[in-house]
Amino acid sequence: MHKQLKIGVLFSRVRVEEKWIFGAMEKRGINYDRLDDRAIHFDLNDPAPWQEYDAVLERSLSYTSGLYALRLLNAFGVPTVNSASVAEICGDKLMTSAALARDGVPQPHNATAFTPEAALEAIEAFGYPVVLKPVVGSWGRLLAKVNDRDAAEAVLEHKSTLGSVQHSVFYIQEFIEKPGRDIRAVVIGDRVLTAMYRKSEHWITNTARGGEGELCPITPEIEELSLRAARSVGGGVLAVDLVEHPERGLIVNEINHTMEFHTVQPLSGIDIAGEIVDYIVSVASKEYVS
Amino acid sequence: MSTVTCPECAAEINLEEGTEIGEIIVCSDCGVDLEVIALNPASVQLAPREEEDWGE
Repeated sequence: MHKQLKIGVLFSRVRVEEKWIFGAMEKRGINYDRLDDRAIHFDLNDPAPWQEYDAVLERSLSYTSGLYALRLLNAFGVPTVNSASVAEICGDKLMTSAALARDGVPQPHNATAFTPEAALEAIEAFGYPVVLKPVVGSWGRLLAKVNDRDAAEAVLEHKSTLGSVQHSVFYIQEFIEKPGRDIRAVVIGDRVLTAMYRKSEHWITNTARGGEGELCPITPEIEELSLRAARSVGGGVLAVDLVEHPERGLIVNEINHTMEFHTVQPLSGIDIAGEIVDYIVSVASKEYVS
Repeated sequence: MSTVTCPECAAEINLEEGTEIGEIIVCSDCGVDLEVIALNPASVQLAPREEEDWGE
């Protein structure tokens, strides 16, 4: 049955994750195309070439390119993993926070303001330290821990003067004294496949910034919270990042919709690439009911 | 095994077996990121710089 389906994999670079995904496609004998997002174009009067795909897996490095491709594919009636609406929510920290707040999923205390003056007022109301994050961005880039008013004024001025317009959406988050680690849970559909601690002495524990992975047992609490978070943003193939808050316990920090898994796959021994491929096949086969 | 020349420092780099088009390799001499753009014959170019909206 798999050979009758046609899957597209939208990508920017062949990282180890894409190699594993391509390998899993080939192992299963799936008919698939590699779609380099730098080489494709969409003719809105001619969706037929895209409608040949039963589903498209989006693995773009660029949030913007990936999101617009998903919007077009979904408009053409092509199912995607993840959907454009999931990417819209997960790729924007404020959208994620809004979805989690709507559904009562525990998360850090966040505030947003649109001018440096209003942001400073919000920061002072929080008390120091706080963390300033760009609403769009990943890999721990451009996160700022602000320890006092002088630093707040400097960072806000730099962001509003040097940053793109998006940096004037000031996303302010409480600084959490986490125990030198956070937790990444890998969710596919309605299952938590595995979880790992990301450990670092730096307050940014992202493995893209040098944090080390260690297997984390999936407790009922981790499972329940990860699935609630995944459902809140629309579900699919997701990496849910959890933080152990010293007073509030486990909370959801962010959710990634084009997850990297080069650390957690060998660590857990779980074939995440194969699970992703099985999931996209189920979506393409219309077997999956979300 | 294919060999390519680093466009930045002219070092000779051996491509590992199983290397694919679109993969990023690092020049062992100068450390620059290179993207594999062809395999037969092998060819590389400087990899695009990380953009602000890149990530997972």
